Amino acid sequence: MDFNFTEEQDMVRDGLSRMVREQYDWESRRAAIASDAGWRPEVWAQLAELGILGMPFSEDVGGFGGGAVDAMIVMEEFGKGLVVEPFVPTVVCAGGFLKHAGSEAQREEHLSAIIDGSRIFAFAYAEPRGRYDFADLETTAKKDGSGYVLNGHKAVVIGAPWASHLVVTARTGGDRRDREGVSVFIVDKSADGIVTRDYETVDGRRASEVYFENVSVPGDALIGDEGAALPLIELVTDEAIAAQCAEACGAMKVAHAMTVEYSRQRKQFGVPIGKFQVLQHRMVDMYTAYEQSVSLTYLATLKLEADERERKRAVSAAKVGVGQAARLVGQESIQIHGGNGVTDEYAIGHYFKRLTIFESEFGNVDHHLKRHVSLA
Amino acid sequence: MNLEFTPEEKAFRDEVRAFISQNYPAHLADFGMREDMSPEDMVAWHKILGEKGWSVPAWPVEYGGTGWTPTQRYIWSEENARVNAFMPLPFGVAMVGPVIYTFGNEEQKAKHLPGIRSGDVWWCQGYSEPGAGSDLASLKTTAVRDGDHYVINGQKTWTTLAQYADWGFFLCRTDPDADKPQEGISFILVDMKTPGVEVKPIKLLDGGYEVNETWLTDVRVPVENLVGQENKGWTYAKFLLAHERSGIAGVARSKRGVEKLREIAAEETLDGQPLIEDFDFARKVSQLEIDLAALEITELRTLAGEQAGKGPGPESSILKIKGTEIQQRLTELTLEAVGSYGTPYYGSIANDTGSNEYPIGPEYAHHSAATYFNMRKTSIYGGSNEIQRNIITKMILGL
Ligand SMILES: Cc1cc2nc3c(=O)[nH]c(=O)nc-3n(C[C@H](O)[C@H](O)[C@H](O)COP(=O)(O)OP(=O)(O)OC[C@H]3O[C@@H](n4cnc5c(N)ncnc54)[C@H](O)[C@@H]3O)c2cc1C
Ligand SMILES: Cc1cc2nc3c(=O)[nH]c(=O)nc-3n(C[C@H](O)[C@H](O)[C@H](O)COP(=O)(O)OP(=O)(O)OC[C@H]3O[C@@H](n4cnc5c(N)ncnc54)[C@H](O)[C@@H]3O)c2cc1C
Repeated sequence: MDFNFTEEQDMVRDGLSRMVREQYDWESRRAAIASDAGWRPEVWAQLAELGILGMPFSEDVGGFGGGAVDAMIVMEEFGKGLVVEPFVPTVVCAGGFLKHAGSEAQREEHLSAIIDGSRIFAFAYAEPRGRYDFADLETTAKKDGSGYVLNGHKAVVIGAPWASHLVVTARTGGDRRDREGVSVFIVDKSADGIVTRDYETVDGRRASEVYFENVSVPGDALIGDEGAALPLIELVTDEAIAAQCAEACGAMKVAHAMTVEYSRQRKQFGVPIGKFQVLQHRMVDMYTAYEQSVSLTYLATLKLEADERERKRAVSAAKVGVGQAARLVGQESIQIHGGNGVTDEYAIGHYFKRLTIFESEFGNVDHHLKRHVSLA
Repeated sequence: MNLEFTPEEKAFRDEVRAFISQNYPAHLADFGMREDMSPEDMVAWHKILGEKGWSVPAWPVEYGGTGWTPTQRYIWSEENARVNAFMPLPFGVAMVGPVIYTFGNEEQKAKHLPGIRSGDVWWCQGYSEPGAGSDLASLKTTAVRDGDHYVINGQKTWTTLAQYADWGFFLCRTDPDADKPQEGISFILVDMKTPGVEVKPIKLLDGGYEVNETWLTDVRVPVENLVGQENKGWTYAKFLLAHERSGIAGVARSKRGVEKLREIAAEETLDGQPLIEDFDFARKVSQLEIDLAALEITELRTLAGEQAGKGPGPESSILKIKGTEIQQRLTELTLEAVGSYGTPYYGSIANDTGSNEYPIGPEYAHHSAATYFNMRKTSIYGGSNEIQRNIITKMILGL
């Protein structure tokens, strides 16, 4: 047993933490998310320079040979600063598909561009009626000569306004919700027939509705085997969930610390409100929920390479526990901040909003409780 | 004991229902939490009710009240909630109105009550200050007597919808040397157009602007705007807070919210089935309905007590705590029900297209996240739920 980080990992964390402190002070973040672009390409370039974007990839493709624990470290720091840049869609999701199932040529083409920061991806998996089921797809990819033709509507595709490429899930065969017949494609976002509607999200990011109308893609846009992608999607999204659990832990840590600090400063009835036992105990419960979340995040991260059942149970356990904690910590932080908690001006409300949306990404608490039950 | 309405009450319900369906402005139906609602929209129903004589049902008949029993008032709010009617804002009707007719003098009654009834005068509540929230009695805004005027200086905050207000009721310190912080406070009416009153909107985390900082700099207010006796304002403030709380349970509105939630969950799908058929989701909706049923009867028991002549007592804290918890849970479940379409920020989309059409996702999802964020306020304002529990601890448990 060893819960220590390597010297290298500590260095990565220190470097990143410094960068987030410098680039992601509250006012800079506020200005960035309010700008037309909604993010900062220069921050992305800096992340590339620090080697963060190449961390989970092997050295032979230009990466740094890191693993899930490294992604966890990165995401926790991102969570502390409420970083909006699309690390999960680009590095964890697109990078994950390429790493696990990309052909030599696909890796060649895309991985180095991910690592040097020149190519941004969004992961288009959700659909208006599919809820959290990756197989509940109405988007289709029909064989057409050597290529495919895509039709469908992907909902709330996070980071799509910034992306040059999309990773798209679509049905190449079978009936809606069949486990067979699901495929994954890499598509250039500028392809003919792709229409997007871009918008802000409530947690300060950007997303799009993406419509595919007879979008022709070549045969080599397919990642992995045709019709057999569901296990691959589940693996990659489990990695994304573990990463986002780490992000939520970072956000909870800061939200909790801010709340404790606020309760020391804010006086009512002549004493700091932190002296009221009812608030003390609730801050203790928040702290406990945070610590339990860190444990579940470690568990999920360390089980990503275990066999499928064990991996899924650990990831679902984390998504449930961290999701519940995120709600508790978010709501209690606001309550203890009183009126200031519900203002746009105070940072705490933005942690609350990110923690709220975290809960519904890649399946909410109920969804993952069910998955956990089904694997008992 | 009997939960049924009497035949008279049923007839009353039918009359009310008919009136609402014929008179509630169609364009306000199911208003939800729309940011594009104008101040005129907000008072539209109030004005119609003012003409009908139904805008201040709980007031004594001599001041324009209806003489309805608490049960009739309950039926009234229930029927309005059925169509999600935007009810008159509470600041005039439920707060300052009762203070004026109970403690004010004849001139004040004559001057202010008609505008509250008709909806022509918009009131706001200037109690809280940056340093005085839960501990309201520590407020610092001063009113210093200068001839036949008070000169008011200080800063209020969280003044709801003060950007549209014609008049405000303010708590000010008139005797800084009083023995206890609760003493030496006065209840003063301020014309919001008086020089020196400055209102600055505060953006809330749902993107809307419903509260303000209110700055008062050398604001000269005639002494006849003092309500009741100088330095006795705390008594009136507490009287008002009890009134504020009794409306806060929001049972009828939450019942409509649960219906709406069921409608949404019938549209949304999970594994190809309506979400409402999913046991996990359905049980949460049922749990909410059970809590709401309990609250409804608790409120009816309180109303019955009032009907028997008991004023709203510390029990109203139970209504505040449970009512707001249910409202928050309801918006939480609604956000859960809409899935990914809770994520878009519709404030930005609306501005984008310059129209009220939001073509992204189902209409019922549009304000679900904003509403959830916004409703966190309900356990904070009107005396936070912690303060309500402290009240029950002291007044009911005797600890
Ligand atoms: C099954 C059992 C086995 C036990 N075995 C042993 C044993 O082997 N040896 C031994 O020495 N003792 C033993 N105990 C005694 C045990 O340690 C005491 O019961 C315990 O310390 C609580 O004390 P009390 O029962 O006097 O409750 P109190 O101290 O009177 O507490 C009553 C309630 O008040 C709360 N409370 C007290 N102080 C505070 C505070 N500052 N803030 C908030 N809440 C507070 C408590 O949490 C509790 O809910 C045992 C007790 C039980 C029930
Ligand atoms: C949307 C909104 C609208 C409002 N509208 C108005 C308005 O129109 N007019 C007006 O005058 N005011 C208004 N208010 C102000 C409202 O009444 C105050 O926000 C409220 O009283 C809480 O005060 P505070 O925000 O200063 O929080 P604080 O008093 O600083 O409280 C912070 C936290 O400490 C807790 N706490 C404080 N004291 C205790 C204690 N003794 N024991 C245990 N816990 C405690 C609180 O419960 C809270 O969780 C509004 C507030 C909001 C958010």
